[in-house]
Amino acid sequence: MKNNMTKTTPLDAMEQTTGVPTEENQIAIDANIEAIYYGKFRAVRQSHVPIRKGEITGFIGPSGCGKSTVLRSLNRMNDLIPTFKMKGHVHFMGQDIYDPAIDPVVVRRHIGMVFQQPNPFAMSIYDNVAFGLKINRFKGDVNQRVEEALREAALWDEVKDKLHSSGLALSGGQQQRLCIARAIAPNPTVLLMDEPCSALDPIATRKVEKLMHELKKHYTVAIVTHNMQQAQRVADTTAFFSVDISDGERCGYLVEMGKTEELFEDPKQELTRKYIRGEFS
Amino acid sequence: MKLDPFCAEQGGSGEPCAPSFLEILCDRGFRWLTFAAGGIVISLGLYIIFEIGSAAVPAMKDNGLGFFVSTTWDVARNEFGILAEIWGTLYSSLLALLLGGFFGVSIAIFFTQGYLNHRVAQVFRSIIQLLAAIPSVVYGLWGIYVVIPALRPVASWLNEHFGFIPFFGTKLSGPGLAPAVIVLAIMILPTVAAISQDAFKQIPYKVKEAAYGMGTTRREAIMLVMLPTAANGIMGALVLGFGRALGETMALAMLIGNANQISLSLFSPAKTLASLLASNFPEAGAVEVSALMYAAVALLIITVGVNALGAFIMSRSKRQEAI
Ligand SMILES: Nc1ncnc2c1ncn2[C@@H]1O[C@H](COP(=O)(O)OP(=O)(O)OP(=O)(O)O)[C@@H](O)[C@H]1O
Ligand SMILES: [Mg+2]
Repeated sequence: MKNNMTKTTPLDAMEQTTGVPTEENQIAIDANIEAIYYGKFRAVRQSHVPIRKGEITGFIGPSGCGKSTVLRSLNRMNDLIPTFKMKGHVHFMGQDIYDPAIDPVVVRRHIGMVFQQPNPFAMSIYDNVAFGLKINRFKGDVNQRVEEALREAALWDEVKDKLHSSGLALSGGQQQRLCIARAIAPNPTVLLMDEPCSALDPIATRKVEKLMHELKKHYTVAIVTHNMQQAQRVADTTAFFSVDISDGERCGYLVEMGKTEELFEDPKQELTRKYIRGEFS
Repeated sequence: MKLDPFCAEQGGSGEPCAPSFLEILCDRGFRWLTFAAGGIVISLGLYIIFEIGSAAVPAMKDNGLGFFVSTTWDVARNEFGILAEIWGTLYSSLLALLLGGFFGVSIAIFFTQGYLNHRVAQVFRSIIQLLAAIPSVVYGLWGIYVVIPALRPVASWLNEHFGFIPFFGTKLSGPGLAPAVIVLAIMILPTVAAISQDAFKQIPYKVKEAAYGMGTTRREAIMLVMLPTAANGIMGALVLGFGRALGETMALAMLIGNANQISLSLFSPAKTLASLLASNFPEAGAVEVSALMYAAVALLIITVGVNALGAFIMSRSKRQEAI
């Protein structure tokens, strides 16, 4: 295990290669999902979801259509669920992250995640942000990197005088921004966010949205949202998922994906049009 | 009496209505019942303390505070002191806590952090729980017939080769501190393991997700996130285990050797407050009984002190992470 992480991983190796910006290397994560199962239940069927580099990709769709399932399969978070089974390939930096040779731990260090519920650790604000630096054996100036991450997460001014008090003593919105700072401190390539604003009030939501525009300068972001206005405000590309209730099973799939304005103004699929008009949810 | 000022009807009409007269009576009665039950227990506790305390008064007058710093226990000269027993009590409990605490917390981690299949973990958990159901005397006998013989060659080897280290300074001739500590550690293990397991199980799933989401290995998730998050509960488990060890009587009286001496050596016999009480009480005369009661007061002070300290530590760390 240790060995696996000290030597240059295939993922690291790919980072060095810089080529002509073809359509191919504009894609940070290329998810070719054949099917995702929880035990016998097929939660998601055939869907191709490319996440473009340096952009924000929004996932929208009715509840239970598999948005979270797809998002979590992009950094192998779903491996925590014993019944989870993935068929298909998810390419990240030229590697299939579901290749048995690849350690999910390494994948999650390169592809960070922010969850629906703020979940800071029961430690100080400083230690929360420095956590990822510690496990990634960061050699530089930890204080400086912590400050940078907190600034990037638009939280620095609110906490700079109490860095050593508990992260759990912050408000919900502050906790969520702390979790964002914790996720970006070790410099992941991609940041996955699963409804990061659903536990927040409108003001905190706006703050986090504004923050996302800053984040995309340095990171590729994929975000699940229930809120179509939010998708329109933040996402460059939007993916619309729906659920197929046909043969007695509820199976989610990607309906269509495209530039956000195009998808909202002129959707190609009738289903998308209906959903955007609010005709079903 | 008008029960509901907002509505004329008294229930049955589908509208909200006040609790019935009977319900209010029961509610009051229930409150008195809980008060009474609580009151009886508290007064019983106070009564016991009072009884012991008053029985100890003659010895307190005779021996004064010197009782706590003297190691003599001489019935013929009416000279009593319990320093050796205080030392024995704290030393044996602390060693047992080190041993039992380490294994208890490790077991809790092993059972709750996904190392074991759910079913298998359940079986193992029941086995550990079973240890708590074994009577103290049985532990004592097991110690005499199994632990001591097994320990003797190890002890003499350690004494021969590492005798210069104070912990191995003497030979194990029979009963002694080491077998007592081992048995004591096993006795507190179920308590420590069960309460630490609860502490780990109470960690919300989102904390686990947060840890693995940062890309921790399982070891990092446990050592850097789960353990600190469960620290309060584990602290509670250790304090309770320590409390149990301090008061354990029967097995210790059988195993520790009841020698009135202070030694760092793990293989020399020692004595604890509880074993002193158990072994001397049956044949004690009036004066010695009073001295024993004085020793009981000392034991009470130690256990109450330890529990208070534990409560203080836990309340402080709880306040630090105020939500
Ligand atoms: N751990 C799990 N075990 C079994 N089934 C699951 C699990 N997690 C999700 N599912 C099922 O997979 C399907 C997709 O769930 P998912 O959470 O991905 O939906 P979602 O689009 O994120 O919904 P929401 O918008 O409500 O969050 C649902 O039918 C759900 O019941
Ligand atoms: Mg979801």
